[in-house]
Amino acid sequence: MAEKKSIGKEFTKGLIAENPVFRLVLGTCPTLAVSTSVSSAIGMGIAATAVLFCSNIVISALRKVIPQKVRIPAYIVIIASFVTIIQLLVKAFVPALDSALGVYLPLIVVNCIILGRAEAFASKNAVLASAVDGLGMGIGFTAALFLMSTVREILGSGTFLSGIKDLLAVFSGDIQFNGFTIPFLNENPLTIFVLAPGGFFVFGIMIALSNKLAERNGKPKAELNGCASCPMASSCALIADGKKCEEVDVK
Amino acid sequence: MKIALSLLLTAILTNNFILCKFLGICPFLGVSKKLNTAVGMSAAVIFVMVLATAVTYPINLLLKANSLEYLQTIVFILVIAALVQLVEIVLKKYMVSLYNALGIYLPLITTNCAVLGVVLLNIDNGYNFWQSIVYSLGGGIGFMVAMVMFAGVRERLEGCDIPKALQGLPITLVAASLVSMSFLGFAGLVDNMFA
Repeated sequence: MAEKKSIGKEFTKGLIAENPVFRLVLGTCPTLAVSTSVSSAIGMGIAATAVLFCSNIVISALRKVIPQKVRIPAYIVIIASFVTIIQLLVKAFVPALDSALGVYLPLIVVNCIILGRAEAFASKNAVLASAVDGLGMGIGFTAALFLMSTVREILGSGTFLSGIKDLLAVFSGDIQFNGFTIPFLNENPLTIFVLAPGGFFVFGIMIALSNKLAERNGKPKAELNGCASCPMASSCALIADGKKCEEVDVK
Repeated sequence: MKIALSLLLTAILTNNFILCKFLGICPFLGVSKKLNTAVGMSAAVIFVMVLATAVTYPINLLLKANSLEYLQTIVFILVIAALVQLVEIVLKKYMVSLYNALGIYLPLITTNCAVLGVVLLNIDNGYNFWQSIVYSLGGGIGFMVAMVMFAGVRERLEGCDIPKALQGLPITLVAASLVSMSFLGFAGLVDNMFA
């Protein structure tokens, strides 16, 4: 099936047509939490992309070895190992990013995009295709975070790319560029946009815009179908019975 | 006592897990369509959060004693996954009524960021055992408060005439934004109360 598609298509589908954030509505927690500034959003995007790329390769390589029944715990162990590696690397080389992301860095483990891709793609496809899929999805995630955080940072703090110096310090210590300040908004920031309500609001508007674009191209709307978007769904007994969470009432 | 109360109120109101920390957004958007499912899901989350904290606290001491703190993420997620399975088995066997109420939600909770989040936050904040338990309980109750409030809001949205582009998920997120804004009103409450 998917293996017949060209590698290029596997890569580009993650960017727009199947963008994990705006189209598949996965990974909403980190999207909302770290999109307050562009530099932490880019940092989060790169970290998640690295984990997704590596875990997709390993899971795909082991897809015939891992027994069907314990596959979810096995995936979690593989993903958690890569997250730990990334965590240690970030702590050592970009300490400013570590403090900016805080608890959300280890929480990449439970990012639905990564487990979702493992379950939906890497467990069924060859290594090369899975690697490309992971890279494409990761870049799609980063692009979505970049869009969200651009809107939120410009409106909410009146700056753009502020704090990027700490990220660039990985390549060279003497880069002085540290973002732009937006003339009027810097003195009168709309602080609500960097607070929690602004996150929900900007995300809602972004989904509405992406739905509008999808509709023009004859694609279905992005929808959060209760359990259907949850990567655990296939292992969840409920779904096996063909029911949605919402149809099962508490007795 | 004073510290415990301030921790509890902080976790429920000022630093609500869903509305201020963005932990557990998937169930917040996915399972909040009906009031009774929202209550069942949150009850299971409270249960697992407190239990996971009680179990991981001694494990963390063990890791610390052997200077293996860097293994926290991988150990905790495995412990939580195993714990959820174990709880499910025990409830099914010995407490059937509780299993009927919470059982269906348990498998969904393993990868809930609120559970792993609260465990990691307890360690980052340097709480002792009882403080961690109280903070987890507060986090769970805050989760329930947000879910129940939002379920009410969504039931009202059902019959509304919404612009076509905003129908479905976008309007849900905008509504979440308004609920979250109402929680901003609690900012500073706890600090002033215990100052």
